[in-house]
Amino acid sequence: MGKTLYEKIWDQHAVASGAGGRTLLYIDRHLLHDGSFHAFEALRRAGRKVRRPQASFATPDHYVPTIGRENITHPELRDKVETLERNATAARITFFPVGDDRQGIVHVIGPEQGITQPGVTLVCGDSHTSTHGAMGALAFGIGASEVAHVLATQTLWQAKSRTFRIVVDGTLKPGVYSKDIVLALIAKIGAFGGTGHTLEFAGSAIRELSMEARMTICNMAIEAGARSGLVSPDDVTFAYLADKPLVPRRAAWDEALSRWRALASDDDARFDREATLDASLLEPMVTWGTSPEHGAPVSGVVPDPAAEPDVTRRGSMEKALRYMDLAPGQRLEAIAIDRAFIGSCTNSRLEDLRAAAHVVRGRKAMVPALVVPGSGLVKRAAEAEGLDRIFRDAGFEWRDAGCSMCVGMNGDLVAAGERCASTSNRNFEGRQGKGARTHLMSPAMAAAAAVTGTITDVRKLL
Amino acid sequence: MEPFTTLTAIAVPLDLVNVDTDRIVPARFLRQPRSAGYQNFLFHDLRETDPDFVLDRPAYRGAKILVAAENFGCGSSREAAVWALAGSGLRAWITPSFGDIFLENSFKNGVLAIVLPEKRVAALREQLREHPGAEVAIDLPAQAVRFPDGSEERFAVDPFRKECLLAGIDEIDLTLREERAIAEYERRHARETPWLFPDLAGDGGR
Ligand code: SF4
Repeated sequence: MGKTLYEKIWDQHAVASGAGGRTLLYIDRHLLHDGSFHAFEALRRAGRKVRRPQASFATPDHYVPTIGRENITHPELRDKVETLERNATAARITFFPVGDDRQGIVHVIGPEQGITQPGVTLVCGDSHTSTHGAMGALAFGIGASEVAHVLATQTLWQAKSRTFRIVVDGTLKPGVYSKDIVLALIAKIGAFGGTGHTLEFAGSAIRELSMEARMTICNMAIEAGARSGLVSPDDVTFAYLADKPLVPRRAAWDEALSRWRALASDDDARFDREATLDASLLEPMVTWGTSPEHGAPVSGVVPDPAAEPDVTRRGSMEKALRYMDLAPGQRLEAIAIDRAFIGSCTNSRLEDLRAAAHVVRGRKAMVPALVVPGSGLVKRAAEAEGLDRIFRDAGFEWRDAGCSMCVGMNGDLVAAGERCASTSNRNFEGRQGKGARTHLMSPAMAAAAAVTGTITDVRKLL
Repeated sequence: MEPFTTLTAIAVPLDLVNVDTDRIVPARFLRQPRSAGYQNFLFHDLRETDPDFVLDRPAYRGAKILVAAENFGCGSSREAAVWALAGSGLRAWITPSFGDIFLENSFKNGVLAIVLPEKRVAALREQLREHPGAEVAIDLPAQAVRFPDGSEERFAVDPFRKECLLAGIDEIDLTLREERAIAEYERRHARETPWLFPDLAGDGGR
């Protein structure tokens, strides 16, 4: 019987075995951000050293301001950014500072720099590390203790997860994007539908997607409960990688390529679970509640908790609607928004900005709207195409790279009670700020919401 | 790390699904050093809007066990969520399912995370609601939980995690014993995929 991509990467990284079938997995690549200070602190307290600094790469993203950052005046934010630089430099870890075009959200710069390659194991103290699985890498988020463990040993003890293949066939209609695929999937299987599993996204619709669009899907695997999401590497992957700074060159590239080609899940590989989704039936998706599973087609209405048979779930839904200030039966399309955010590791890459700019061109923002590219390189590429002008002319703010309003840790916050159309990945209570109300959607949909002031089916504006 | 063997204590029920770690500790507190005491931020915003929040009811004071619903601890990988819960005195949590990263973080901090069937967890929460302050008994060596009504439920636990918890082992120490295997792995892979090991493979194959 054949093997899945997951099993192949697993087998190639097994160093030793422990009690109960645990495996000591070698970790090829480790990304660090400005929230990593807890792990460095734990390492220092235990008197341990960074074992292999060449395997780690660091950049500030969570705390970094997106404006006026040449001289960060906020003492706590400056401290977080400087602490990362100090920790990285002291350990001789590659560091991309503010002002360097390579700085950006860890999950944007990993693939962009070629740090993420097919078949590697990659971890980061951030749950959206699943993003990198789009390259055919086994990538997952870890907590601070595990970050310290990787820094000290370059390994992690892991139990093998179950495998879950999601087959997406059919062609997306215009105005429908990979973000809609993943929001529809989470609405279908639920926020813990993938718990304990590694997802592999397959099928003709996935094959037709660009690398950036695949990253959006793998990024949100964690919102379905799965620590990792994967796509078997193919020619789209290899073409994307060819010009990235840290990939092998010449003879080594050829050798790498032949290894990468052998990684894809075998035709006769068995998955523990399977689900299918027809991309041709999808419409643009929006969330109405406080879990990513609270998604619905934009033409739909806010569901009625009374229809939910489970009492705990019903109570949680009612609580979500109170928080969101929405009533059952309310049309999603008529909901007025106060603000729009285009950015985050889900949707801040060049294609995302192009899709949003296409909707914005020649229109005006009706609410405050923020565009935050995922990296300095994305920003520069977007400016080279004139996307910044389109956004600025429409009254959008055009900022520097970072996590920004996805989590608000740098001060880019949604005010209490405000409703934000957001391209990020989490609509949790308080995620974008205390009392903030988040509606997740694609970049084109967020742009449509910004220029109309209400949640709008973007297909009417295309 | 403090070992975990058995625990008989007041248990507190939390009747919400998909409790994410942003809710357990809002992001704005994460810039604090751990010494700030993350228990001070536990469910901060939820408690502000809900003065009758279950953890604040006098009957559950001193609880060491939390009984929650599906997908507890989903979302962000922030270990601060575990620090906040554990810092407030909780040593074990029982749910039908956990966020995978939260589950891992729990064991790393000497907390026992127990998964039981959904119906049984719902029944346990109901008993705790009806008899506030009732105790639950956990026996890790026997892998059993005794409910307030006297019924018992066996639970599965990864043998590796169980061993670490019983002995209070620091995992990094355990792993450093494998140093020879790790170094051997690196030598082999530096030969096979030199581009991933520029530091160990001379010219790095580039
Ligand atoms: S953009 Fe948001 S989800 Fe992504 S790494 Fe930053 S804070 Fe986390």
